Amino acid sequence: MLTKPEASPDGERARDVCSRHGNRPDELIEILHEVQEQLGCVPEAVIPVIAKAINLSRAEVHGVVTFYHDFRSVPAGRHVVKICRAESCQSMQSEALCSHAKASLKLGFGETSADGQVTLEAVYCLGNCALSPAMMVDGELHGRVDASRFDEIMAETLSEATQ
Amino acid sequence: MTKVFIPGDAAALSMGADKVAAAIRSEADKRKLKIEIIRNGSRGLLYLEPLVEVETPKGRIAYGPVAAKDVASLFDADFLKGGKHRLGHGPTEEIDYLKKQERLTFARCGVIDPLSIEDYIAHGGYAGLKTALAKSGAEIVKDVTDSGLRGRGGAGFPTGIKWKTVLDARADQKYVCCNADEGDSGTFADRMLMEGDPLTLIEGMTIAGIATGATKGLIYIRSEYPHAIAKMKQAITKAVAARFLGDNIQGSGKNFSLVVRTGAGAYICGEETSMLESLEGKRGMVRPKPPIPALEGLFGKPTVINNVLSFAAVPDILAKGAEFYKNYGMGRSRGTLPFQLAGNIRQGGLVEKAFGITLRQLVEEFGGGTHSGRPARAIQVGGPLGSYVPVSQFDMPMDYETFAANGAMVGHGGIVVFDDTVDMARQARFAMEFCAIESCGKCTPCRIGAVRGVEVIDRIIAGIERDKNLIVLDDLCQTMVDGSLCAMGGLTPMPVQSAVKHFPEDFDRPPVARAAE
Repeated sequence: MLTKPEASPDGERARDVCSRHGNRPDELIEILHEVQEQLGCVPEAVIPVIAKAINLSRAEVHGVVTFYHDFRSVPAGRHVVKICRAESCQSMQSEALCSHAKASLKLGFGETSADGQVTLEAVYCLGNCALSPAMMVDGELHGRVDASRFDEIMAETLSEATQ
Repeated sequence: MTKVFIPGDAAALSMGADKVAAAIRSEADKRKLKIEIIRNGSRGLLYLEPLVEVETPKGRIAYGPVAAKDVASLFDADFLKGGKHRLGHGPTEEIDYLKKQERLTFARCGVIDPLSIEDYIAHGGYAGLKTALAKSGAEIVKDVTDSGLRGRGGAGFPTGIKWKTVLDARADQKYVCCNADEGDSGTFADRMLMEGDPLTLIEGMTIAGIATGATKGLIYIRSEYPHAIAKMKQAITKAVAARFLGDNIQGSGKNFSLVVRTGAGAYICGEETSMLESLEGKRGMVRPKPPIPALEGLFGKPTVINNVLSFAAVPDILAKGAEFYKNYGMGRSRGTLPFQLAGNIRQGGLVEKAFGITLRQLVEEFGGGTHSGRPARAIQVGGPLGSYVPVSQFDMPMDYETFAANGAMVGHGGIVVFDDTVDMARQARFAMEFCAIESCGKCTPCRIGAVRGVEVIDRIIAGIERDKNLIVLDDLCQTMVDGSLCAMGGLTPMPVQSAVKHFPEDFDRPPVARAAE
């Protein structure tokens, strides 16, 4: 607890990321993406480290982190399931898909399972609107997803995890 | 060696294109057949994805939608020579859906290897830049102005006028920014182009830079598009290596560099001033205008901001002339628009046609009606901030002015079809809910108005003082239109009020029945 944030391993890595981006404040969003990729989230403790490195106030960095939906303060589950809830997918019964997903994963949107395996998220448009409903699992896009295809995709995803 | 084209486009991947590619590779190896697999972009016939094409002496022959389990039977049917198969569609170019289109911006998409400069040039690429390099900035801007090109991102502002403002501005540094934050539901044309023909965007931005004296370009791509981000970055590397980007482009003495920036899941960053804030590393808070970005944009410098498709239209205009482009279209809507057929539609995909085609032609002739087979009831045109168009208006021609006169907007040509099971009160509620979620929070009408909008619609749905609450809703919408800083709050009333106006019966259902749903 007495360790300074910048002396922690997370702080160390965040500082490295900043310096790779020339400690430029205009690259803050790229920096946060990279920090999140490495640490799984943007922990509260690295915010002062980043702020110091790129010469912004902590409030400014905190403001950016909390403005954008992509940045998390705690790591997501091992698998991230994003279901589209925008208009095009609504027209193809995505709400039914959402209900099915919530019931079968026993999760609400924005929640992570207790075993840390799955995070369920709502998104608004994945750009696959001609093949709605769409979802993305670990960065992989799926189209025309109904309840049975959802189950197939999840079974495949979770079986990979146990291998 | 037979060339086999299997799209690497995200939509094709979403239907299993990678598995199909792997199956075709292994089946060919097993049968000791020599093939070359090319991961092209999508042809835009998304209902047929994965659409596999084979190059034959008779041209490219199409098969789709192909699943991995179909691959062995395709080989049995000798598809490598264009053999008959139940998934066969004959020559790709002869497929009605494609043949009836007027492909200008998307002429190469799905045809070429997206990352091959040679392929790009062989199909007419960089002819526009070549012309541009021989002209003065003012001459290039005049060509773009004369073509009648209007911003394809939705607002429809004349591109040439914007460019002229930047050209005439004096500054030590100018920028060209591409808005590729395609967050609207029902749109995917930007994504398709970036994945299928990224060099066209690069060429268009380079021409913009040369025309206006900007030497630095940035492409802001939403994080939901990892495939597009990867393709654009690879394409930039190729273009730099071939000296089409960087210092002294093709020995012309002109410089233009390009970088990709990734968004972070904020819908509002598709608004141009919010995007600028984001590109500067800040919260995506909308800036008041004036000053306009053309004079004080990125880092306070004169900045050209256009949508992906606006830039992508430019190379053709330069290569073939303003007249050529202007000859397409109607009224003050010139050229072509890549329409995107989405939602509850049988044959979803990209249809590039000149302005003037009707909504009904797009949805029925190309789209083949709804996916569910039920009658279409409403079509949302132009994204989440666009109006819901009722059946009685399906014969409107796609033209900025006609749509505006009817209280709707063409926007970026995204078309989302709903069948007769849709509940328009719920859609109206969603429009307000979405605005509440995505508002940047800078101005009150949008930040608070959207929340109040949800509450008012909830009361209407619940049957509480409906007539009075409909008046309140109307008043609230007017306040949002008049008082919002940008299109987010200013246009959210479009879907809401069009739903109330055209589908009043949905706001007058028994509250009990609704509660039972």
